[in-house]
Amino acid sequence: MKSNSEGLIIDGVVSYIDRDNIDTDQIIPTEYLKSIKKFGYEDYLFDGWRYKDDGKLGIKKEDRDINEDFILNNKPYTESKILLGKDNFGCGSSREHAVWALRDFGIKAVIASSFGDIFYNNCFKNGVLPIKLEKENIERLLDLVKKEAVEFSINLQQRTIHLNDKDKIKFKVDAHLIDRIIFGLDDIDISLKEKDKIMLFEKNRKISKPWIYVNE
Amino acid sequence: MKTLYDKLWEEHHVTQLDSGESLLYIDRHYLHEVTSPQAFEGLSKKNLKPWRLEANIATPDHNVPTTRGTNFDSDQIKDEISKIQVVELDKNCNAFGIKQFDIKSTRQGIVHVIGPELGYTLPGMTIVCGDSHTSTHGALGCLAMGIGTSEVEHVLATQCLKVSKLKNMLVKFEGTPAENVSSKDIVLYFIGLIGTAGGTGYAIEFAGSYIENISVESRMTICNMAIEAGAKVGLIAPDKTTIDYVREKSFLDKETLEKAEDYWSNLRTDDGAIFDNEYIVDVSKIKPQVTWGTSPEMVVNYDGEIPTPMNVSEDNKKNIELARNYMGIQDESKLSDLVFDKVFIGSCTNSRIEDLRQAAEIVKGKTVADNITEAIVVPGSGMVKEQAEMEGLDKIFREAGFIWRDPGCSMCLGMNPDQLKPYERCASTSNRNFEGRQGYLGRTHLMSPLMAAYTAINGTVGEPS
Repeated sequence: MKSNSEGLIIDGVVSYIDRDNIDTDQIIPTEYLKSIKKFGYEDYLFDGWRYKDDGKLGIKKEDRDINEDFILNNKPYTESKILLGKDNFGCGSSREHAVWALRDFGIKAVIASSFGDIFYNNCFKNGVLPIKLEKENIERLLDLVKKEAVEFSINLQQRTIHLNDKDKIKFKVDAHLIDRIIFGLDDIDISLKEKDKIMLFEKNRKISKPWIYVNE
Repeated sequence: MKTLYDKLWEEHHVTQLDSGESLLYIDRHYLHEVTSPQAFEGLSKKNLKPWRLEANIATPDHNVPTTRGTNFDSDQIKDEISKIQVVELDKNCNAFGIKQFDIKSTRQGIVHVIGPELGYTLPGMTIVCGDSHTSTHGALGCLAMGIGTSEVEHVLATQCLKVSKLKNMLVKFEGTPAENVSSKDIVLYFIGLIGTAGGTGYAIEFAGSYIENISVESRMTICNMAIEAGAKVGLIAPDKTTIDYVREKSFLDKETLEKAEDYWSNLRTDDGAIFDNEYIVDVSKIKPQVTWGTSPEMVVNYDGEIPTPMNVSEDNKKNIELARNYMGIQDESKLSDLVFDKVFIGSCTNSRIEDLRQAAEIVKGKTVADNITEAIVVPGSGMVKEQAEMEGLDKIFREAGFIWRDPGCSMCLGMNPDQLKPYERCASTSNRNFEGRQGYLGRTHLMSPLMAAYTAINGTVGEPS
């Protein structure tokens, strides 16, 4: 992400996957969830579609049977920073690995008409911006990106997607969520500022609901 | 006038943050080996300890082999990478002092199966786990939801979840279903009705005469799959059935339990509470359901037509085409035309004793069809396995040609060696028919334990009787 006089900007080539209900099993298959690391998932993003063979954790991209038809295997999409999806993107499993794989590949923003709830939350914790747009706008963008490879520029502070010099689309996102990306806030630090309130709450709960704390 | 979800939310609300989000106090946190290692690592890096140790219960389930027998330890897992993950959970639980039902324990099992059966899930609790099927626990009147690994770390560190409130949806299942229709069919039917994004942003309360009349185990199957309708939270108000169940499983002393029961008995949605969305479903008309495609919403009556790109709306054509191709559906017009290769009875959706009893009833005295190369039954936990063996269910399955396994998530997602081979067609009691879910290029059809058992015997789906 870079900054200019108008604020934080995500710009880059837009790749797209024209289908609904892309579940997190497609974004990263179960096999790769065996890793105990938080990084290093870039080569496994969309594994089932990106390759023509069955992958294993640790296998190198060079040793795979690449599916040349899949968008992320073709230039300039190999450098994509923005991914365009459709309805219910990231549904299914809670695996945060799905966001880690997008992040590690270099995707900084995902645009779709709706998202799975857990995936949506996970995005903000890893610096990936999910943008919800109306279906009509998604169709319009799909038409645009299907014609030729294009770059969008997303202004985080202004909440705008600049399609070119003339056209832009406004989007909405809760301020507290986008702030997490803009300022890289740490949730645990924020919550632990409320330590006293949590302790007091817990103290009272131990009295009112003792069955929860029976062996403590 | 408040809904059950509203009440549980308020009951656990610690404070509102500047951001507008809330800190919600978490009573119970379940952990398994897949989504916890990075959270423990983060905790260590920050030099933090778990806020309340006793809130946490761990067990390995996703990676564990189901052919391990007794006295099998984590370091005996053959898949080196799976082994690292299970051993890592052992290490983390030891280092942080978290209670674990480890791979050797007779109480180990799928985390969502062992929680309720060991008495750790109690009505009125907030429960989280790094697993989307945490919604299962809502069946006991809990506010339970799946979370990501960053949130697992956050809950360990603060005992709270940082969240915004969901909207309220009421789903009333009314009437009495046909005998061969189970709660799995009903939840699949419902997902077909509202779609896999239909519940996004909602907490769904399931109610109605059907819900009132079914067991806690059947209710768990429904809440389990709320996430397949897009809802993080599915819940059912505790009633006498719930309290009887909890009383049987509980390790609480009599006095504490009685005090709790007073509270639980009054924990329900107020009359006249307003929901943001409501559905009423007449379950008497529902037939056994089987999925044909690659999303749980792609579901039809077992004897219904498989959709073709010709008979659906324009914007759905592509989804249908992609799913048909992946599933290897060509000229077949009905599900009963498809020939199956494997059968999987198990998963956090359908691996409890009641599920195994229903399946065994169908299987009893019969033999697995010739075209079925493997039919496996994977009990959800050590306790379920013990109970089933005591009732002789293992014998019924074995005699029919099924393989009787040790507990774990198994072929629901194939992180252990239980996987489909490319193009194999599987009758599965699990919850997701996504591409590659049960193994690379594998083809999953979701159904009830009854239908899966019938398919094992018949080789194709049909009317279970």
